[in-house]
Amino acid sequence: MVANGPDSFVWWSWVADHTDDIRARTIEHLQLTGSSVAIGFVIAMAMALVSLRWRRTYAPLAAIAGGLYSIPSLALFGFLVPLTGLGFRTAQIALVSYTLLILLRNIVSGIDGVPAAVIEAADGMGYEPWRRFLAVDLRLATPTIIGGLRVATVTVIGLVTVAALVGSGGYGTFIEDGLSRARGFSTPIVVGGSLSIVMAVAFDIAFALLQRAVTPWARRGAAP
Amino acid sequence: MSRPVAIRLVQVCKRYPGADDLAVDHLDLEIPAGEIVALVGPSGCGKTTTLKMINRLIEPTSGTIEIHGRPAGDQPVHELRRGIGYVIQQTGLFPHKTVAGNIATVPRLLGWDKARTRQRVEELVDLVGLDRGLLGRYPGALSGGQQQRVGVARALAADPPILLMDEPYSAVDPIVRARLQDELLDLQRRVQKTIVLVTHDVDEALKLGDRVVILNVGGRLEQAAPPAEILAQPASPFVADFLGEERGLKRLALLRVRDITPGTGPVADVGDAADAARALMAEHRVDWYGVRDGEHLLGWKWGTDLDGTVGADDVQPFRAVVTPDSTLRSALDGIVGSLTNVAVVVDDVGRYRGMLRIDEISEGVRE
Repeated sequence: MVANGPDSFVWWSWVADHTDDIRARTIEHLQLTGSSVAIGFVIAMAMALVSLRWRRTYAPLAAIAGGLYSIPSLALFGFLVPLTGLGFRTAQIALVSYTLLILLRNIVSGIDGVPAAVIEAADGMGYEPWRRFLAVDLRLATPTIIGGLRVATVTVIGLVTVAALVGSGGYGTFIEDGLSRARGFSTPIVVGGSLSIVMAVAFDIAFALLQRAVTPWARRGAAP
Repeated sequence: MSRPVAIRLVQVCKRYPGADDLAVDHLDLEIPAGEIVALVGPSGCGKTTTLKMINRLIEPTSGTIEIHGRPAGDQPVHELRRGIGYVIQQTGLFPHKTVAGNIATVPRLLGWDKARTRQRVEELVDLVGLDRGLLGRYPGALSGGQQQRVGVARALAADPPILLMDEPYSAVDPIVRARLQDELLDLQRRVQKTIVLVTHDVDEALKLGDRVVILNVGGRLEQAAPPAEILAQPASPFVADFLGEERGLKRLALLRVRDITPGTGPVADVGDAADAARALMAEHRVDWYGVRDGEHLLGWKWGTDLDGTVGADDVQPFRAVVTPDSTLRSALDGIVGSLTNVAVVVDDVGRYRGMLRIDEISEGVRE
């Protein structure tokens, strides 16, 4: 059996020496993901409200979001660096732009999916318009909206890894480090890559549980 | 005795944007308090539009609508609607709220406290005949009939004087529909609401309505009258055609045995002489006679068996026995299915009140 060392797939003593580093990169990764999805959600919600109020604006707004979504991430980072420099802000702008299409579509289709009879009954019983929007439309759209947040978050966690190229930190820093060594040293690449996957899977599961928790009526034999 | 008017429509018109024709055409309508008024007509007759103008889900193009003497446009629309119960076809129950939460909708909008709301919700599930065990369920776990009852309970939650029902039973199967219709009539006897009900089913309108309003395409009023009057005197060929086949039978279903005078029938008392019984049969031109003992009719016998005096032995029971509350339709059904071609009328405690023949029914209907 070969001893564990720098040439191994994962050199465990490197991992042990870098626990502080791993913790710092994890926080950076979470911060960049969380802030990008949060900002993206606010912008997408505003776009959705405009789309729902003035239906004609939906197609152009969705086209803009779709255009941003289709730009390859490396190209977008490369395009932004001359404008906004290296760092967190640049990465955030790019990441936010990737969340818009998914979130906008899910918010609008979630609210469109509320049955017409339910809306009519709510109006007929005397909900004020804003109250109906919050208590009925938005409430019934919540599972679909959370579905959008789920896809957006998992996508962004992966993209944050790439964003390390513009110096925004996160797990991508390990991968960059590993790739930059002259001699093949795989440990940082494996560590950065697998932690990114673990985080994505964890959020995917967490959102799935949240989706379930906010739709108690969809459970079998539903009782309080 | 005329009841006060709960809802009054005066020259109400509705033209939808982009449409050339009126959906509702200068409609005048008075809906008396405490009555069920059924709006019925073919599709495109404006019946649903008319209903929705009452709670201002649709605003009229011109004309006025008064609710209890007050123009509907006078108050904020959400306040108006909280005072008018609303039941719709697919029930429109909130899928994310339990049965209790659904029923509590309007009390919560009105800011009732929890104890009062809870008590009212329990009253209502009892009123509409739902099991209290269903209160914690979500609508998706209920049958169509149960959902419809929850819809009615929700509409009645804040005890509004007016209830609007938009094709409430068209999404349930015919057996459940008939039961829900009977429940509504029973409920109405207890709560005495002003109910405006829209249906495309003329039989439902005739069954449920104290008054039936028949509308024609383009929102034109054809006739507004109690069901029996509409069936007896359709105001136009359109109404006659819309009422469909078997108008006479439908009318019989609305009339009760007590509405007409039964004949005495060829009835002899136990101990009468055979000649008296023969005279009765000759008078009534039948070959059988009924046997009465005191106030009770025991049955009938063939005249050929007559010998000596009228006896109580070997009488055959009458196939068709009806009470004053029975419909003439069921009396007629009994008559055509019996050998003697009569329906025996007895009162609630079984005392003989007379016999109905087909000609007596048709004479009574003509009056």
